[in-house]
Amino acid sequence: MNAGLAVPVLSLSALGKDYAAPVLDDVSLVLNAGEVLALTGENGAGKSTLSKIVCGLVQPTRGQMLLGGAAFQPAFRRDAERLGVRMVMQELGLVTTLSVAENLLLDRLPNQTGWIRRGKLHDLAARQLAKIGMEHIDPATPVARLGIGQQQMVEIARNLQDDTRVLVLDEPTAMLTPRETSHLFEQIELLKARGVAIIYVSHRLEELQRIADRVAVLRDGRLVDVRAMAGVREAELVQRMVGRAVHEHEGRDRRIAGPVLLSARGIGRAEAVKDVDIDLHAGEVMGLAGLVGSGRTELVRLLFGADRADRGEILLYDGIAATQPVLRVRKGWRSPMQAIRAGIGLVTEDRKSQGLLLTQSIRVNATLSDLGAISHAGWLQRAKERGIARRLVELLRIRSRSIEQPVATLSGGNQQKVVFARWLHRECKVLLLDEPTRGVDVGARADLYAELDRMTDAGKALLMVSSDLRELMAMCDRIGVMSAGRLVAVFERGQWSEQSLLAAAFSDAAGRAASAATPTAGSAISDPNPGQPATADTP
Amino acid sequence: MTAAAATSAPPSALKGQLGTYVGLTVVLVGMVALFGTLSEYFLTRETFISIANEIPALAVMAVGMTFVLIIAGIDLSVGSVLALSAAVTAAAILQWKLSVPMAAALGLATGLVCGSVTGAVSVAWRLPSFIVSLGMLEAVRGGAYLVTDSRTQYVGDAISGLAAPWIGGISAAFVLAVVLVAAGQLVLTRTVFGRHVVGIGTNEEAMRLAGIDPRPIRIIVFAATGLLAGLAGLMQSARLEAADPNAGVGIELQVIAAVVIGGTSLMGGRGSVVNTFFGVLIIAVLEAGLAQVGASEPSKRIITGAVIVVAVIIDTLRQRRADRRLA
Repeated sequence: MNAGLAVPVLSLSALGKDYAAPVLDDVSLVLNAGEVLALTGENGAGKSTLSKIVCGLVQPTRGQMLLGGAAFQPAFRRDAERLGVRMVMQELGLVTTLSVAENLLLDRLPNQTGWIRRGKLHDLAARQLAKIGMEHIDPATPVARLGIGQQQMVEIARNLQDDTRVLVLDEPTAMLTPRETSHLFEQIELLKARGVAIIYVSHRLEELQRIADRVAVLRDGRLVDVRAMAGVREAELVQRMVGRAVHEHEGRDRRIAGPVLLSARGIGRAEAVKDVDIDLHAGEVMGLAGLVGSGRTELVRLLFGADRADRGEILLYDGIAATQPVLRVRKGWRSPMQAIRAGIGLVTEDRKSQGLLLTQSIRVNATLSDLGAISHAGWLQRAKERGIARRLVELLRIRSRSIEQPVATLSGGNQQKVVFARWLHRECKVLLLDEPTRGVDVGARADLYAELDRMTDAGKALLMVSSDLRELMAMCDRIGVMSAGRLVAVFERGQWSEQSLLAAAFSDAAGRAASAATPTAGSAISDPNPGQPATADTP
Repeated sequence: MTAAAATSAPPSALKGQLGTYVGLTVVLVGMVALFGTLSEYFLTRETFISIANEIPALAVMAVGMTFVLIIAGIDLSVGSVLALSAAVTAAAILQWKLSVPMAAALGLATGLVCGSVTGAVSVAWRLPSFIVSLGMLEAVRGGAYLVTDSRTQYVGDAISGLAAPWIGGISAAFVLAVVLVAAGQLVLTRTVFGRHVVGIGTNEEAMRLAGIDPRPIRIIVFAATGLLAGLAGLMQSARLEAADPNAGVGIELQVIAAVVIGGTSLMGGRGSVVNTFFGVLIIAVLEAGLAQVGASEPSKRIITGAVIVVAVIIDTLRQRRADRRLA
């Protein structure tokens, strides 16, 4: 790199962004013409926030940016685009009912006094598609008819304008096939040759090694490392992402696990969850780690019947003698109602859209899971309901003015407690928790952890998905790691480290090969004796 | 009745709920006073008795429609169902020579079946109830023409008891309508079913994940609305002593207007049967009052249209203020 000689295309100095707390702090970086800078880090490390600042989608709280030496303060995405700074986002921004050509040229449709000039539109679009090796797509095709990978390529093509100086690609290959990925990489090489600077956000380390010149690692919103990509080993990067090679998890002893309450065998749904075996034991917390999109949420939804499995089976045990299941459901639960009747509860990932009746009161939300308990012959027993709601509010220390307060007006932590309250009101034997502490403040978090402990003491089996490894390591007795729809490893308390967990989560392609070749963790988890240490294979 | 409105509106918001009652009462009293000054004949017992005997059909359909709107649905077919139910009852009496109670039961059953079909079809194929009930609006009206042979069927005084003056000039139909309003409000606020209805309108996915299957509840709501439209058909033909295949054309819009004036949200999750009844009264008073002051048909319609929109604007502003106060 001749960074010292030329003026960098983009330079960031001391950038910071605060929401409730700082999510990005003191990030200084330079980006040179014709280079690919990889940006990597754990979930929530600040990668997306940083990319959005560069593209004008988010305004920084602190710090400055220079574009080609001039001050750069985009207030909107359009400001950034006008100056040639573009971003391909993870969520596709295509209008799926319009054609490929219309999407590519949406903001400057060639027209004559308002009438679209189809011929010119299709010519321009075809030229743009050819640039990324997509000549085979007819520009007149409606976007909805394309596969998700091709849609992603259209999104990329839309941002490959001639005036592009900086291009941010946020996890561009997440949905691409290997062939599409190679096309994309060829295109990236061409852009480099033209002098475009590229920020490539990804946690796929093997990809970074193929494409990146330098790599920048973010951790907890801070830039912890910037170095040349050549010669960097994966293990090194993982360690930089995690930080200290710490062992924070000595805290507690492993809970004594009881018999199995719920098992899944070969449970799967299309490509999202691939033939997972899992056992949940009374009195213990099993964690589920993995990157966003690794199938964690999808697995939990199958175990609850929120989605229907298309293969495998679910076995339910009475928790006394775990030899014969009391219930065996092929292809999983038919509906959440069936799972709930069997004693399973779910705290959803997105409490606002899937958990709560936001405009309704704490009382209504907390008792929703079992209205039978507060009614007689179909009539609600309102005094009884209020009594139960008050008891739950007290038990979980839900901070509120009254049980009649609409949950929309509660803080995130207290909202989550209301969701918990629902599964205390209806006794469940197995509780599935998907990101239970997301958006929950520290105080409420401690209350929720205490509640999880009470539940395990009462002999419930808990399964907890979290993107926060430290949380999983603090709370769980076993941690399963998912990658690309598979449960690739299960670690016992005392045998995991942040590195080993992350390595498993990143294993992806490597893990797929390994699971085909050797009996992996799948066999370890189906081990009926949870006391026995399971082996984790880290590729 | 005021306390009964509390489920969808907790005590902290009870004031807001009372506020709607007060607001709607003020509008109603204001309208009565206005027409009273404009027409010397308006403030008479006869006016009020005629209004009372005019509204039962509208009121009972509005009770059902309140539930439909709370689950974020809509039922455009109630007018046609009214006509078909009346037609079936008339045919049962005149052609099939059934006893009056049997004929009435058959009429009600017709409404129940129509509503169930609307509900079941929209649930089974996950279609918007707007479309399904639009289809029903046409098809059922066709059915009414078939059954009546496209002619008004005179049933005489066989079922006119329902509409005849009873206590102090008030008909049994009006009493029944008031009872159904009260029952509807109790079901909505005090029963498990009502809780399910409000929950489904608020967040259907959350209800599903809480273990409540929304599908049967949706079907029941439409079935009940059909049944009530059937009852409205009986009330109408009792009053007119005839079954007209063109009865109730366009009445679905009046029903929806009444419900919306009462503050029920078209987005679902919020509503009150008592407030709907206020909406019915406002529409009826407006109609009777405008007729008495001698407003022409065109100006009557323009004024009615404006009142509907203004009422909803006021309610929306009030609701937004309440939401801001909570936020």
